[in-house]
Amino acid sequence: MIILVAIKRVVDYNVRVRPTTDQSGVEISNAKMSMNPFDEIAVEEAIRLKEAGIASEVVVASFGVKQCQETIRTALAMGADRGVHVETEVELQPLAVAKLLKTIVDKEKPGMVILGKQAIDDDANQTGQMLASLLNWGQGTFACNVKVDSDKVIVSREIDGGTQTLSLKLPAVITTDLRLNEPRYAKLPDIMKAKKKPLETLTPEDLDIDVSPRLKILKVSEPPKREAGVMVADVTELLDKLRNEAKVI
Amino acid sequence: MSVLVIADHNNESLNVATLSAITAANKLSDEVEVFVAGNNCKDVANTASKIQGVSRVLLCESEVCVTQLAENIAPLIYQLADKYSHLLSAATTTGKNLMPRVAALLDVAQISDIIDIESEDTFKRPIYAGNVIATVQSTDIKKVITVRSTAFATASSTDTAVSIETVAAPVDNGLSCFVSEELTKSERPELAAADVVISGGRGLGNKENFKLIEDLADCLGAAIGASRAAVDAGFVPNDYQVGQTGKIVAPKLYIAVGISGAIQHLAGMKDSQVIVAINKDAEAPIFQVTDYGIVGDLFKIVPELIEALNS
Ligand SMILES: Cc1cc2nc3c(=O)[nH]c(=O)nc-3n(C[C@H](O)[C@H](O)[C@H](O)COP(=O)(O)OP(=O)(O)OC[C@H]3O[C@@H](n4cnc5c(N)ncnc54)[C@H](O)[C@@H]3O)c2cc1C
Ligand SMILES: Nc1ncnc2c1ncn2[C@@H]1O[C@H](COP(=O)(O)O)[C@@H](O)[C@H]1O
Repeated sequence: MIILVAIKRVVDYNVRVRPTTDQSGVEISNAKMSMNPFDEIAVEEAIRLKEAGIASEVVVASFGVKQCQETIRTALAMGADRGVHVETEVELQPLAVAKLLKTIVDKEKPGMVILGKQAIDDDANQTGQMLASLLNWGQGTFACNVKVDSDKVIVSREIDGGTQTLSLKLPAVITTDLRLNEPRYAKLPDIMKAKKKPLETLTPEDLDIDVSPRLKILKVSEPPKREAGVMVADVTELLDKLRNEAKVI
Repeated sequence: MSVLVIADHNNESLNVATLSAITAANKLSDEVEVFVAGNNCKDVANTASKIQGVSRVLLCESEVCVTQLAENIAPLIYQLADKYSHLLSAATTTGKNLMPRVAALLDVAQISDIIDIESEDTFKRPIYAGNVIATVQSTDIKKVITVRSTAFATASSTDTAVSIETVAAPVDNGLSCFVSEELTKSERPELAAADVVISGGRGLGNKENFKLIEDLADCLGAAIGASRAAVDAGFVPNDYQVGQTGKIVAPKLYIAVGISGAIQHLAGMKDSQVIVAINKDAEAPIFQVTDYGIVGDLFKIVPELIEALNS
């Protein structure tokens, strides 16, 4: 089966973003960009399923500005087989991404779609669930273990109280949590090879999808700052402060 | 129009996070209804029927709903959605799993993890690990929302109960099926709702040493949290993780032990009332958000703390 993986280009997790001076958005013009960390885990999982002989081909898709192609090349260097880029300057929100993904699913007919559980820029945690809904497929969100068993996939999920295991009919949608695997680094020869792997480019118009945002961002501001506290010398002073100043114990 | 709150529960009791979602719902409308889907969960419906501000409870009891699989529950909520302007749930893993599925059926956006309500279509939510707060306005006719429970007070209970109405059970669409669940057993207060949280990080070194955190938590009747590094290293189960991609906590007192204070960790605890950090590195970023910091070796300080608290 084909596995489709959705990968988003985001501001690197080490960058601390700030609002622009007019508060219309965030200052990211010079920020380092990377593949969303959860999506690296998604790509890694798909490649492992291919290495295990379960997947026949790994297709990665990324939607957004031209530079998403760099993110696709990174996934190809990790071991994905081909890429699809839907190019748009529009700020894509989860519902639009899910609809774009659905058109690709309709065309590629994958047996599984793997996404990150959450993009670390919008912190939405929605796209996989929305895609599963649009496709009327089962969903294994926040996955920490994935095992294909003929026409089913057994998924363990990180939930608030511990871990839950579900069995989903294939095809299904999976979203990755941090403990699913440790993504590999691409080696130099693979980075060179990746440049020659196929990369299809489309537009939302080609796919006939309306990607206009449903949520208008009215303002972006900084969260309230915490007052700088004090350093205490020892345990006695700490307990005194907690008891008599903060009154929390 | 009315607002529907989807209850998060385990068939026995209502998750307190839902009480915060009800408070949020009451800011949007006087007509707040609560939907309880599960099996043998009358107690949950009864509890919900006595929450301040709730005007009606809808109850669906069925074998199909017992583990609340999103594949079966989402279509059920979709069928109920007509008469509601807003559909809310707590931003728990259950809510996060379910609500986008509902939103997609309704062809509307979902608004994740709101921390404030400005009007019926305008909300505040953290983005970029809480480094910035976005004010967003929904242009959709219906709003599907998850609520960050630490940002809204819990609704209280009353003596009078509102009516509970039965909703017909859904058919199992066979897309998914529950296999098993391994829940972390603990006598301690629940992490997301505790008054005191003691969190340990990579600085603890190994799983055995993490017992120090448990001993300290015992002294204070605290819940235990952890950094991602501590979870990844196997010191504690995954549901202990506090942060951008784990649990969001805002206790009265948060003590970070051997945690550096990466932005992803701060995202989950920086709204705590009082923050204490114990770290041997005076430059650790955690100290930028602490009320009281101690620089030193945790293996010396934590035992001292335990001794002082016990005496
Ligand atoms: C996509 C993504 C999501 C993430 N989500 C989360 C999340 O939700 N939550 C989270 O916590 N992290 C998250 N992280 C990870 C985060 O970036 C940090 O790597 C992590 O928080 C570090 O954990 P730590 O502070 O325990 O470890 P370290 O950064 O290694 O810090 C250990 C600290 O212990 C101190 N120490 C060591 N020995 C002692 C001693 N004997 N006495 C006193 N102090 C000592 C050190 O000085 C150091 O400051 C995420 C990362 C990514 C990429
Ligand atoms: N623009 C995009 N292109 C490709 N995949 C995306 C895009 N946006 C979101 N995704 C996928 O959806 C997941 C969840 O994103 P979100 O719902 O925005 O938190 C990400 O981890 C990606 O796998």
